[in-house]
Amino acid sequence: MILIPCPWCGPRDAGEFGYGGEIVPRPDPRTATPERWRDYLYLRANVAGWQTERWYHRMGCRRLLTVRRNTVTGEVRPAAEAVER
Amino acid sequence: MPDPRRRPGRSRRYSAAALLRHGLRGDAWPPAWRHHDLRPSYDVVIVGGGVHGLATAYYLARNHGITNVAVLEKSYLGGGGSGRNTAILRSNYLTPEGVRFYDRSLQLYERLATELNFNVMFSRRGHLTLAHSDSSLRTMRWRAEVNKACGVDSEVVGPDDVTRLVPFMDVSHQPRYPILGALYHPPGGVIRHDAVVWGYARAGDAMGVHLHQDTELTGIDVRAGRVTGVRTNRGRIGTSVVLNCTAGWSSLVAGLAGVRLPVQTFPLQAAVTEPVRPFLHTVVVSGTLHVYVSQTDRGELVFGASVDPFGSYSTRGSVEFVEGVASHVLQLMPSLAPLRLLRQWAGLCDMTPDFAPIMGATEVDGFLVDVGWGTYGFKAGPVAGEAMAECIATGSTPELVSAFGLDRFSTGRLVGEKGAAAVGH
Repeated sequence: MILIPCPWCGPRDAGEFGYGGEIVPRPDPRTATPERWRDYLYLRANVAGWQTERWYHRMGCRRLLTVRRNTVTGEVRPAAEAVER
Repeated sequence: MPDPRRRPGRSRRYSAAALLRHGLRGDAWPPAWRHHDLRPSYDVVIVGGGVHGLATAYYLARNHGITNVAVLEKSYLGGGGSGRNTAILRSNYLTPEGVRFYDRSLQLYERLATELNFNVMFSRRGHLTLAHSDSSLRTMRWRAEVNKACGVDSEVVGPDDVTRLVPFMDVSHQPRYPILGALYHPPGGVIRHDAVVWGYARAGDAMGVHLHQDTELTGIDVRAGRVTGVRTNRGRIGTSVVLNCTAGWSSLVAGLAGVRLPVQTFPLQAAVTEPVRPFLHTVVVSGTLHVYVSQTDRGELVFGASVDPFGSYSTRGSVEFVEGVASHVLQLMPSLAPLRLLRQWAGLCDMTPDFAPIMGATEVDGFLVDVGWGTYGFKAGPVAGEAMAECIATGSTPELVSAFGLDRFSTGRLVGEKGAAAVGH
């Protein structure tokens, strides 16, 4: 079990959340090429290590949040703290 | 002690006579494969010593006479997904491409024991996919008709047949998800997954393939868009062909060659109970409850589920998984409540957006992939190995796997197998 630090509800069991996956910036649909759209839709860094990712607190405040998680060890940190490192 | 460098001859053939001879003499069996130093170069380097990598090496040698092949395994052979799956075989897929593909794999599995001279303990006991709603019953009918059109034995059966095939199943209307029927697939069954790995390894070794365990890939040398070699913790190897067969780590290995893959790594957990007397003679799967159950030859019940709810490279088990799988199994078979779980484990699955594998060439010349097998790679081992061997030997993509190229994510021709593959098996 891992705990997700919700900025509004505090640390909560990951079972309360929906997993949004690693954050991929959305390209501008008016200018993006088909290759760019493919990258946005399908390609992922899939890192073994620290990853910035989205979660949705569906059984809590029902808000989206960003955290940093180590995909090997399961360690989780709030995004702001991890960004400063 | 026999010389491990000796080429294995007919004397190493496994047979009842050999068993008797060794039993009477009490001497040690020769190792099933040998240890080698790295050669400075190989014709083909296969990354990943699981069923896919070893099968490819075996078919390269047997079907195409290419034996200057190295299989690199960072740990021990069969220590990844090949030794962590629930060893279920079936070919009752939804798309004709999928059905043909897995049917070929089942055919290869069927004669594997004879071909490899290794008892892989294939048990064709039948495979039952439960339907808990009208819509899933309709999908079962659809799958049964596609299967039959492809010459694969599948039929929709009612709750009475389910009771006849599986004792202790609750087919009443009491459960949250009552059993309305099932897709019965007699050719499905279970196999000893370690034996498949060992059998391919031994047969490949006998034909001259080098198996390098404890050999981790640290880099892939690419010059002017062509593979020129690989670097490992034991030294550099020159080669012009590298095949990536690494499941959960596939995107990291591809990254070493500068190739990005549309995969995300998720753990898939499984568990076994204490052994009990044989009573379950079929494989039982429920897509709605995300659970599949079979009984091993030792009597343990094997439970599997879908992938974990979030991506990770961790192979630690979780309490949530045990709670979930236990409650789902008990909905199907309430009388199993007194059974205790003996152990649980996880394997890493490289999931693709369309739940179909990625096979064939990449934008780097000489760097090929056989990845994206997600939760269903084991059952495809032989056919994937055969196809990738052909791909490497002839330089062209076999018809059977042409739909699974990496370029489909650019052209938009995805292969929708989610309906039949998303739930483990």
